Amino acid sequence: MSELRFEDVSVRYGRHTAVDAVSLTVPPGTVVGLVGESGSGKSTLARATVGLVEPTSGTITLGGAPLPRRGRRPLQMVFQDPYSSLDPRMSIGSSIAEAMPRDETTATRQGRREEVRRLLELVHLGSTSPDARPGKLSGGQRQRVALARALAGRPDVIIADEITSALDVSIQGAVLNLVRELQQELGLSMLFISHNLAVVRYVASRVAVMRAGRIVEEGTTATVLGQPEHPYTRELLDAVPGRNPR
Amino acid sequence: MSAPTSRARAWRGVLTTPLGATAAVLLALVLAVAVLGPVLWTQSADAVDTGNILGAPSGEHWAGTDNLGRDIVARVLVAGRLSILLAFAAIGIAIGVGLLLGSAPFLLGNGRAARLVSAGVNVAVAFPGLLLALFFAVVFGVGATGAVLAIGLAGAPTFARLTQTLVAGLAGREYVAAARVAGVGRLRILVRHVLPNLREPLVVNATIGAGSSLLAFAGLSFLGLGVQSPSYDWGRLLYDGVGSLYVNPAAALAPGLAVLVAGLAFNLFGEAVAKGLGVTELTGPRVRRPATKAAPEPDEQRDHSEGRPSADVVLEVRDLKVSFAGRDGQLRPVRGVSFSVHRGEALGVVGESGSGKSLTALAVTRLLGDDATVEAERLRLLGQDLLAEATPAQRRLLGTSLAMVFQDPMSSFNPTRRIGRQLAEVGTEHQGMTRAEAMARAVDRLDAVRVSDAADRVRQYPHEFSGGMRQRAMIGMGLMGSPSLIVADEPTTALDVTVQQQVLDLLSAIRDADDLALVLISHDVTVVGEVCDRVLVMYAGRIVEDLATADLATAAQHPYTRALVAAVPDMATDVSEPLATIPGRPVGPADTPAGCAYADRCPLADVRCRSEEPPLERTAAGGRVACWHPGGEPDVVLAGPDLRRVER
Amino acid sequence: MSATTTPIGHAAPAGPTSAGPGADAAHPRVWERPWARFAVRRLGRLLVSLWVLVTASFAMIHLIPGDPVRGALGPTAPADLVAARRASLGLDDPILVQYAHYLRSLSTGDLGTSLGSQLPVADIVGQRLPATLLLGLLGFLLAVAIAVPLGTLAGVLTRRGHGRRTELGFTTSSIVIATVPDFLLGVGLVYVFGVHLGWLPVAGNESASAYVLPVVSLAVGPAAILARIVRVELVEVLDADYVRTARAKRLAPWKVYLGHALPNALTSALTIGGLLLGSMVAGTVLVENVFAWPGLGSTIVSSILAKDYPLVQAIVLVYGIGVLVVNNVVDVVLALLDPRSMIRED
Repeated sequence: MSELRFEDVSVRYGRHTAVDAVSLTVPPGTVVGLVGESGSGKSTLARATVGLVEPTSGTITLGGAPLPRRGRRPLQMVFQDPYSSLDPRMSIGSSIAEAMPRDETTATRQGRREEVRRLLELVHLGSTSPDARPGKLSGGQRQRVALARALAGRPDVIIADEITSALDVSIQGAVLNLVRELQQELGLSMLFISHNLAVVRYVASRVAVMRAGRIVEEGTTATVLGQPEHPYTRELLDAVPGRNPR
Repeated sequence: MSAPTSRARAWRGVLTTPLGATAAVLLALVLAVAVLGPVLWTQSADAVDTGNILGAPSGEHWAGTDNLGRDIVARVLVAGRLSILLAFAAIGIAIGVGLLLGSAPFLLGNGRAARLVSAGVNVAVAFPGLLLALFFAVVFGVGATGAVLAIGLAGAPTFARLTQTLVAGLAGREYVAAARVAGVGRLRILVRHVLPNLREPLVVNATIGAGSSLLAFAGLSFLGLGVQSPSYDWGRLLYDGVGSLYVNPAAALAPGLAVLVAGLAFNLFGEAVAKGLGVTELTGPRVRRPATKAAPEPDEQRDHSEGRPSADVVLEVRDLKVSFAGRDGQLRPVRGVSFSVHRGEALGVVGESGSGKSLTALAVTRLLGDDATVEAERLRLLGQDLLAEATPAQRRLLGTSLAMVFQDPMSSFNPTRRIGRQLAEVGTEHQGMTRAEAMARAVDRLDAVRVSDAADRVRQYPHEFSGGMRQRAMIGMGLMGSPSLIVADEPTTALDVTVQQQVLDLLSAIRDADDLALVLISHDVTVVGEVCDRVLVMYAGRIVEDLATADLATAAQHPYTRALVAAVPDMATDVSEPLATIPGRPVGPADTPAGCAYADRCPLADVRCRSEEPPLERTAAGGRVACWHPGGEPDVVLAGPDLRRVER
Repeated sequence: MSATTTPIGHAAPAGPTSAGPGADAAHPRVWERPWARFAVRRLGRLLVSLWVLVTASFAMIHLIPGDPVRGALGPTAPADLVAARRASLGLDDPILVQYAHYLRSLSTGDLGTSLGSQLPVADIVGQRLPATLLLGLLGFLLAVAIAVPLGTLAGVLTRRGHGRRTELGFTTSSIVIATVPDFLLGVGLVYVFGVHLGWLPVAGNESASAYVLPVVSLAVGPAAILARIVRVELVEVLDADYVRTARAKRLAPWKVYLGHALPNALTSALTIGGLLLGSMVAGTVLVENVFAWPGLGSTIVSSILAKDYPLVQAIVLVYGIGVLVVNNVVDVVLALLDPRSMIRED
C-alpha cells in the first residue's frame, strides 16, 4: 500500500481550466472524500488520476513513483453509472477477469475462475453466477460487480466517482456499507468522489472540498464538516437538505 | 439484447413481420437469380437471331429482342449475377476502407493524427457518392473494375463516418473507460468491447448499402461509364434499351424493373432488420398475471381534512389509475391512488423510480400523452371536473390556476425561443393580454422569482441561463397566472445542492406568501421533509403510507417508509453503524405480485401479505397506511455482519 | 397571487455560487461573441474544404495511370502532337510548378482549354451552368414542398401511441419510393408521359413543360427521404420535455404543433437533410442524361468518355463548390434557427 499524491495538478481543455493546481494526498489505508458541485472539476481529477485524461501540468505519484501509463495499473476506478460501466455483451465473470493482472494465480482458466468467485464472494455476490450478464442484475448488484472488477486489478488505490448517485435510495445503503467494509477488512485506500456530503461523511475519514477546479478546504471529516473554515464549505453544509425539517 | 437467445428471437421477429417476410422472399428470389441465372439462361441470352432484331414482346420473347435479336428476358436474368457481384465487391471495399478509417481515430488515441483522419472523413462525407464515383471513374478509367473501385471508395466515407460515430459513442461508455483503466490495450478493447456492438448496425447498413451500390452501379453503367460490352449488367442493358425506347420500350423497362426489385429487396430487408432489432428493445415486459384485485379504498376522503371546509380543497383525487397498452396486455403503473390537497398545504410524494409518483403527477394535471389511459372516480381542481371533455374554459382554468415545474430545466424550455416569449405566451393565451403587456408581466414575474436583470434576461435564450436560473424562470412561468396549485416533479434533482436549496426556499416562500397548495414529488425523503407538511409514500403504483412529515423519522408505520428513511445517510447518521438496507429490488408494473407489492422485501411479511393486498386505512395518528402489520417489529432490517441477506 | 413586483421570500442576495455562467459573459468583446466565433470557424472550414477540393481536382489528372494526353488523343496520334499538347498543358513541368500554375489560373478564372473543342473551359461551363442550377433549384423546392407537409402530417398522425398501421404504411412506402433511383424514374416517366401518352416533351429545356419530368424525377426520391426524416424528428420532438411544458401552459393544440414542435423538428430535419441536398446536386447528373438536358451533367459524362480532362476537372470542381455552398448555407440557416448550434460545436 502506498500513498497517492497530487502535486500542482492542472487539467485544461482549450481555454477552460477544469482542474487548477490541485495538491492532495490520499494516505495509505484511508478513504478521502472529494466533494464539490457539478463542474467543480472533481470528475476530471478522477479521470486524470487513472490516465483517461492527461494532466496539463503537475505530477501524480504513487508511493513516490510516477504512475505507469502502460500495463498493469495500480489504480482502479469505479464509475457513476452501473448501467454503462459493464459491457452488456460480456458475462460479469469475464468483465472481472479482464481486469486481473497476469501472474501465476491467474495464468490458468481454473485460477481465474477461482479468483472471480473469491471476488464475487467479497462483494456479497457469492450466489450470483459468474456467467450472468449485467442485464440480469439490479443497479446495486452491478455496482458491486464494478467494485469486484476494480478489486481484481489488485489496486493500491481505488477511485470511486459518484458510485451511489445513480442508484435507487433503497439500494445505495448496501453499496456504502460494502465500501466501508472493504476498507476496514482489506485496508483499501480510496478517493471517494461525491456531491453528497452526508454520503461522504459516512464513508470518508478525510474530506477535500473542491470548487471551480481548486481545493478550497481539506482536513479530517470531523473538522471540515464540524468546523468549516472556508465560506464555500459552510454554504455547502447549509444547503444539505434535511437541516431544517418542518 | 445481451443473451444470444434474445438476439435469435429478434431475428425471428424480423422475419415474421409482413415487411420483413416480403423483403426476405424478394431477397431470396434475387439471390437465386444471381446464382442460377447464368447457368440456366446463358444459351438463350447469347443466341443471336438476325431475323428478329429489336423485336416487340411476343409469346416467345416476353420482352422482345435487342439489336442482335437476343432475348431480353434471358439477358436480364443472366445479368443478375454480374450486377450483384459488382455491388457486393463495391460494398465490400466501402465497408473495409470505412471500418479502417472509422476506427483509426480510436486506435490512434486522440492525438493530432486521429483528428486529421476524422476531419478528412468529415470533408469527404459531405460530397455526394455519385460525385466521388465520377471522380474515381476518371482516375481508374471507364469500365467495370474502375466502377467497382469508384463506387466502393465513394461509399467508404459514409461507412467511415458511421463507424466513427458508433465507435466514439461506445468509447465514451464507461465500460470502455473501465477496460482502459484495467490496462487493456486499445486494439484489444476495439476487438472485445467495441466491434461486437457494431455488428447489428453494420449488418443493417451493409444490406442497405448493397442495395444502394447496386443502384449506383446501374447508374454508372447507364451513363456508359460502368460495364462495357460485351459484358453486361442491368445498367448496361438499360443503357442499350433506352436507345430503342420508342421501338421496344420493354427492352428498357425489363432491366429497369430488375434493378428496382433487387434494390428494393436489399433496402427493405435492411430496414426490416433495423426496425425489428430496434423495436424488440422497446417492447414492454410481459404482464405475468391478470390485473390485481385492487383492495378497496376507504370510501371517505377525511384524511387530514378534519374541520376544514371542503371549499379549501384545491385538488381532489380518488382512485386514480393509469394504464398503458403494452405489447402483451395492459400495464398499470398507477393502481388506485386517492388523496387531496388543501389551500396552503405542501404535500410531498416520495418513492423510488417506477413507483408511479411522476405518472400520478402527470395524470392529475392531464399532461399524460394519449397513449395512457387515465381513470379515476374523481379528479377535481378547484371543484372543476378534470376528467370531462377538454373545453376552452377548462384549458383556461388549468393554464392559470395550475403551475407545473419539471425535473430538467434544460430540456423543459423550448431551445429556439427567447425566455420572455415563452413566459409571455401564457398571458396572451389565457389572460387576454397584448404582447407588450404579457412581456411586461414576464419581466415582473422573473423579477419575482429573483432572476436578476429580468428586463435584459427576457431577451435571452434558455441556454444562456444557468440551471438554477432556468428552474426559477420555470417557476416564474407558472406564476404568470394566479395559480392555486403548484405541482413540482423532482424540481431539484438535476440541480446542485446549493442551487437546490435556493429553489426549495423559493417554492416555500411562494407558498407562504399566497397560501398556495404545493405538491412536491421527489425520490429524496430529506428534500420532501424540508418543504412539506405531509408525505405520501408510494410503492409499486399505490400509496403505502400517508403521514405528517414530522412523523417520518419517528412514527412511520409502514416498514417500507421506515426502511427508506433509515437507508439514506444524513448529517446526523451514526457512522459507526452500518446503514439499513432493503433487500431485493423495486417491483415494476409488469411484475407486481398478487399480495402486498412490498412483501418480497419486507421482514414482516407473512402468508397473508403474499396473497392479499392490504387496503390503505386510517391510523391512530391521523395518517393512512396500507400494511397488515403496521408499526410491527423488527423495525428495519439491519445489515451488519449479515449483509449477505441482501442477496436473496 | 398578487401582481406585485416585490421579490418573494428571502430578500438575501443570491450567494456567490448562484451567479449563472451568463452573468460574467454579459458583455464579451466582439470577437468573443458566439456569432463571430461561429463565422470565423465556418469561414476557416470553408477555406480548408475549398483547398482540399481544388487540390483533389488538380490531383485527378495526375492520378490517372499512363499519359492522359496519349489517352485522350488515342494510340494512333502522332508522337509530336502528343508532345506539343503535353507542353501546352504544362504537363512536362515539375509537379509543384504545375500546381502553382493551376492555382494561379484558377484565381483568374482561367479553367484551361477543352481538349475536344479547343474552346475555353470557362466558356463551356458558363454556358451550361445555368440550366443545371435551375434544374437543381426547382428540384429542391419541389422536394421540400412535398416533404414538409407530408412528413408533418404523418408525424402528427403517428405521434406516440398513435397510428401504428399508418406509420408502417408511411415508412414502407417512403422506403419504396426512395429506392427508385432518379434515372430509373426518369426513364419510366419518359415511357409513360412521352412515349405512351405523348403529353410532355422528354428532352431539352426549350419549353416550360419540358421542365416537368426532369424536375419530378429529381425531386421524388429526396422528397421521400426528407418526409421520412421530418416525421421521425417531429415524433421525437412531440415527446420532448419542452413540448410537455407548452402543453402545461395549456396552449391550443395547433399552437403547440406549429409554434413549438414543428420549428424544432425542421431544424433537426435540416441537420440531417443537409447532406441530402448536397446529393441532389449530384442527382442532376443522371437526370440530365436521361432528358438530354443541356447542363453540366450531360457535359461531364460526354467529356469523361472523350477523355477531355480539363473539362472534366473543371466540372468536378464546379459541382464540388456547389455542394460546399449548399452545405454552408444549411449551416448558416441552422445557426439562425437554433442559437445553440453556434455554440454546440465550440
